[in-house]
Amino acid sequence: MKYVLLICDDEVDAPTNEQLAADPGHTSWLQELTRRSDVQAMARLRPVVDATTVRVRDGQALVSDGPFAETKDFVGGVVLLECADLDEAIAIAAGHPYARRGCVEIRPVWE
Amino acid sequence: MSASEREVRAAVEAAYREEWGQVVATMIRLTGDWDLAEDCAQEAFTAALTAWPRDGVPRRPGAWLTTTARNRATDHVRRDAAGAVKLRALAALPPDPDDPDPEEIPDERLRLIFTCCHPALPFPARVALTLRTLAGLTTAEIARALLTAETTMGQRLSRAKRKIQEAGIPYRVPPAELLAHRLAAVLAVLYLIFNEGYGEQEQRRALTAEAIRLARVLVALMPAEPEPRGLLALMLLHESRRPTRVRDGVLVTLEQQDRTRWDRALIDEGVRVLDEALAMRHPGPYQVQAAIAACHATAPDAAATDWAQIAGLYATLARLAPSPVVELNRAVAVAMTDGIPAGLALVDAIASSGRLEGYHLLPATRADLLRRHGRPGEARASYEQALALAPSTAERRYLAERLRELAPED
Repeated sequence: MKYVLLICDDEVDAPTNEQLAADPGHTSWLQELTRRSDVQAMARLRPVVDATTVRVRDGQALVSDGPFAETKDFVGGVVLLECADLDEAIAIAAGHPYARRGCVEIRPVWE
Repeated sequence: MSASEREVRAAVEAAYREEWGQVVATMIRLTGDWDLAEDCAQEAFTAALTAWPRDGVPRRPGAWLTTTARNRATDHVRRDAAGAVKLRALAALPPDPDDPDPEEIPDERLRLIFTCCHPALPFPARVALTLRTLAGLTTAEIARALLTAETTMGQRLSRAKRKIQEAGIPYRVPPAELLAHRLAAVLAVLYLIFNEGYGEQEQRRALTAEAIRLARVLVALMPAEPEPRGLLALMLLHESRRPTRVRDGVLVTLEQQDRTRWDRALIDEGVRVLDEALAMRHPGPYQVQAAIAACHATAPDAAATDWAQIAGLYATLARLAPSPVVELNRAVAVAMTDGIPAGLALVDAIASSGRLEGYHLLPATRADLLRRHGRPGEARASYEQALALAPSTAERRYLAERLRELAPED
């Protein structure tokens, strides 16, 4: 079985990458993770203010700032990809069938 | 201050209005760093204040300022270990500030305006960023004009710049397949800036002038696109009437405005710019709105207004950019052409759809039509509804006056 872990918080006092790396709780979790499992991909996302949401309705790609607001939508899949810029990511996102039935949220990876 | 000092200061101020956006746009292109670009542009204008009185105003102020800003950026970037890539880009500009070839410094303002108005940025941030980076207003000026606290505005600007960097919003003019959509977003930002300044408050008036200036820049940068011309014409035609819109703090309707005080020069220019746009034979919502404004602006008096043409233009607009507000305006034109009952029927259809719930102009329009139709009792009730919803003092005063004029039914 393959699983995706969606790691969530309220961003009130989110630690920096450096703080996370220095946090023994986090580093020991990472060691445990790599010992027990074969990690396929892992990424930390930048805060929601950097999110962009794409919906396609009537053949038109609607781009808006911020995360998906409709609470009836749930995460149905994740893709980790590399592209030149946000416009390219938007074009790829707009092509996914879920952009027509729901939406695709684009979040830059925090590197 | 001597006469020549005053002249130089005026030259720096003029250069600031003319060149700020271009200097910032070029510096963003060269450094990829929005804060650094703004800082270096600011330093270049400060340097001009000492250099120009001493050396004279340069032949091409814009080229002098860009080269000076570039040199400042080089200094900043040298101190930064990771700056090698930026340094190479900065070196690509002509080195001699006195003899730069203007062909070698391309106008980057189109990239700047499209990036400022990218749909991944929150709308208020697009407005603020356009006013800061392209128009050169300070954070304090933008905050004052948009009735926002300066600290809030500062945060809005820095968050927007951070998002451009972190989310990877490209600094470019969008490719052909995205252009129509993205241009509409740019025009919406400019029109909002104009409308923010079109109210009653003196402190916000500068915004209409900025919006017109930015629309002129956009027209010059995209000469083959008709909609920027449509928007510029619309702004000029609205602006021509501004001094007559409010009298003694009371809103004056188009019908009652003193047409001798409308600015003929602005009307003539607006009509000319609109004609240029229409000649491109690719109509859009701004061109149609400008055509409607031109119908009003060129009517010698209210009675001579070509309402049939206006009704037709609103029908076109409703097709190009459907909205209940457009329907409401069409209802007024229909009332003036086909009779008040026909207009009222359209207004009632909008009201029963609930799409303009809470919008003061819905009951206000209904009230005016009822009053003209000799139904004072119903007009009164609608004026009262409108009065409770109207957002501005001038409009509330206008509605209160209409209410006073209507004798109570019993």
